[in-house]
Amino acid sequence: MATAAKIGIGSAINRVDGVEKVTGTARYAAEHPVENLLYGYIVEAAIAKGRVLSVDEDAARAVPGVVEVITHLNRPHVAWTDHSYQDEMKIPGSPFRPLYDDRIHFSQQPIALVLAETFEAARYAASLIEIAYETEAHNTDFDVALDDEYVPKKKRSGYVPPKDRGDAAQAFADAPLRVAGDYRLAPEHHNAMEMFGSTVEWHGDGSITVWDKTQGSQGVHAYLASVFGFSKKKVRVLNPYVGGAFGSGLRPQHQVFLAVLAAKMLERSVRVTMTRQQMFSHAYRPQAVQSIALGAETTGKLTAIRNAATTSTSRYEDNMENVVTWGLMNYDCPNADAEYTLAQIDTPTSADMRAPGAATGMTLFEIAIDEMAYAAKVDPLEFRLINYSPIDAMNGTPYTSKALREAFREGAEAFKWSERSAEPRSMREGNELIGWGCATGMWDAQFSKTSASAKLSANGHLEVACATSDIGTGSYTVMTLVAADTLGLPPEQITAKLGDSDLPAAPVEGGSWGAASSGAAVQLACQAVGKKLLKAAGKIAGEPLDGAKIEDVLFEDGCIVLKDTPTVRVPFGDAMRAADLTEIEEEATAAPGFGDMWKGLHKSKNTHSAIFAEVRVDEELGVVRVTRIVDAVAAGRIINPKTARSQILGGVVMGIGMALHEETFSDHRLGRWMNHNFGEYHVPVHADIHDIQVIFVDESDPEVTPLGVKGLGEIGIVGTAAAIANAIYHATGKRVRSLPITIDKILE
Amino acid sequence: MSTAVNSATYAAMPIGRVPTTLTINGQTRTRAIEPWTTLLDLLREGEDLIGTKKGCDHGQCGACTVLVDGRRINSCLKLAVTLDGAEITTIEGLGQPGNLHPLQSAFCDHDAFQCGYCTPGQICSAQGLINEGKARTRDEVRELMSGNLCRCGAYTNIIDAVLDVIGEQA
Ligand code: FES
Ligand code: FES
Repeated sequence: MATAAKIGIGSAINRVDGVEKVTGTARYAAEHPVENLLYGYIVEAAIAKGRVLSVDEDAARAVPGVVEVITHLNRPHVAWTDHSYQDEMKIPGSPFRPLYDDRIHFSQQPIALVLAETFEAARYAASLIEIAYETEAHNTDFDVALDDEYVPKKKRSGYVPPKDRGDAAQAFADAPLRVAGDYRLAPEHHNAMEMFGSTVEWHGDGSITVWDKTQGSQGVHAYLASVFGFSKKKVRVLNPYVGGAFGSGLRPQHQVFLAVLAAKMLERSVRVTMTRQQMFSHAYRPQAVQSIALGAETTGKLTAIRNAATTSTSRYEDNMENVVTWGLMNYDCPNADAEYTLAQIDTPTSADMRAPGAATGMTLFEIAIDEMAYAAKVDPLEFRLINYSPIDAMNGTPYTSKALREAFREGAEAFKWSERSAEPRSMREGNELIGWGCATGMWDAQFSKTSASAKLSANGHLEVACATSDIGTGSYTVMTLVAADTLGLPPEQITAKLGDSDLPAAPVEGGSWGAASSGAAVQLACQAVGKKLLKAAGKIAGEPLDGAKIEDVLFEDGCIVLKDTPTVRVPFGDAMRAADLTEIEEEATAAPGFGDMWKGLHKSKNTHSAIFAEVRVDEELGVVRVTRIVDAVAAGRIINPKTARSQILGGVVMGIGMALHEETFSDHRLGRWMNHNFGEYHVPVHADIHDIQVIFVDESDPEVTPLGVKGLGEIGIVGTAAAIANAIYHATGKRVRSLPITIDKILE
Repeated sequence: MSTAVNSATYAAMPIGRVPTTLTINGQTRTRAIEPWTTLLDLLREGEDLIGTKKGCDHGQCGACTVLVDGRRINSCLKLAVTLDGAEITTIEGLGQPGNLHPLQSAFCDHDAFQCGYCTPGQICSAQGLINEGKARTRDEVRELMSGNLCRCGAYTNIIDAVLDVIGEQA
């Protein structure tokens, strides 16, 4: 019998949800048709701090079609304790409670919701609401807030305090070569293309179905139950398609609160979507300043690392990131110290945005490293090899794997790094200066407890299900490939279900743990189905498999196959019929094992990357084009090379944005973001993106996670902006220490 | 306050729905449309043609791109009543599951999207570009598709897919 080439882990297949996406049949949160729907439009605070004194809503209520205006004055009862509003991210502090009272904590805070029979009526009526405020002094200027930087008392879970070694102050003072400076990153907004939206279907029996834009249906489910006092069975949250999120959907956003509040109050179905401007009313990547001091021998060997960073947060929560640890982990250097503090400004709480902490801290650190390479007159790539640490230099632990050396080698070869001329301003073509730069990227390889189910029908169809999300990351396809691999079925016979709070438990999708975690859970569930199949095959008359144990068989082309005698094959259907089964369903949970908890076995688990960038800078105009990027990534096993490559491409593109474009400006007098739209908050567009090459370095790592997968959602952005900044220095001789590197900074 | 005056005027005004004949994906129908309804909101909320996306509502992102008489436009910037007699093609009209348009297949094969939210707009924009007959090289396509943002950063794959269909590799 001819066997088709097996499709499984490692096969480059098209996204299984692709056809829905290209035909416009994939429905996102605000697109689920519901009868008798009301539209909600959010009214935002025009001041940064103070109180709402009065709300004049008469004109709004007079607009035909307007049904209600909800404010803190007339809202129904909601929970009041901080604890009730805590979400999975568990940021220490007092979470924002929408429409709770008259307090205004930040500009653009939602303070009213207008509900009308049409979107247009709601929007128009919202513009008629007059609010009187009592204003209080505010500060949105991070540089001013730095005077009051502090070490938060309570640590956020996942926060890793830096560990000092040696005597960095002394070593820095003694070092023959020294580089020191303040490196900065502007605030950035996630700006996923789909705006936050929620459709709440009111069923009339006290139960609701909520289609929400979120990275975790079960997180929103728990939040709604806790805040509104719904019994868990009465709420179902769905997010089958999510139009990007990049961390902004890790915490429930206020539109889902407002939509459910309105549905409960009016006993009707409600849809609330944010506008693009309102997409700046919540999560953003914190503004950062990082003081880096490096000392080295004249040979380029690092002798001192001092790394102190401060990032912005709100007045009501301490959002902490791992900013300063990366450089200490990555470089071999006997003396190192680090410090991390927060500074409060009157904005919403900053939030995780793609590679939180690392995209800031590692990127800025890699600019300083480049400066030291020039100071030592060592090729920047060579400099990184001289100071290469095969172990986690901060914790003194080995890595489960670290193929960064290979990444440097393969990346440099593809980029033709050896053809680089060392001197800044030494490469040009016409009126463009050409520069080549490199940097290292680093992220955590994480794995979280996740459950999945697998259901095999006698007709050979397999359904795998898990409450994880697919925010563009390819989770549907990953689950399908893992199932295909485990049970030897073609992907066409497999359906992956996700994005539904009723499905087996999964954490919010973020931190690059999705594929490793849901993949492992799907594999376990499919393996359990495989065992049941084998048992069923034992019922076949004549016992063709002759009492074979699970380790004696393979699953291939829908058959159980004896490893030693591959001609003996039992189709799944035959086995199930023999045992009188129409269906086999199993559920399983993958969780970090005992070994991970036992200190003696502790190893560091990280992804690494080597990024090479070419820029062309117009000498007179300072316009920068990023003409070439090579990103060589060491991220363990790759489940689907096709979607994996796209994940890296996406990270690199956002890194180009970080390097050149992205910055949210505040008008400090008003305490308000002032470029809160796509016309003025610039993200990379087609014309900005040229050649990007992605390389996956071979890195087999059976220890890191059950599937050997390390995750890819974040690593593409980490260090990319540094490679570009370093290339700009090489092109122009101008060192810019603050991102984004806009034209003014180059011409300055 | 001037706003209150506006509101009173608005409230007293009979909602003047305007009869407008539109052909949407081959179906011609006359609808009574409120004059302030954009083509985008008409499609999404009125016709349940949700393949056309809203990414900004301000002509800044291209997610709402549709073809009007073969030309690509941002449907969020067009009031539906101004399109009397026009022929509108949305992503749903270009191709359907099982009957994909060549651009739709090429997007799948090149993994030219991640979250998929900008995708219908990218595809309609690419079809408009092909209709214009202007774009031949990679640089030209890049330049002329720059009104279609993709926050997932699928740009290189999108250009590969479009060039595949245009039939020229630069
Ligand atoms: S929604 Fe029309 S251009 Fe953005
Ligand atoms: S695919 Fe997500 S915005 Fe383009």
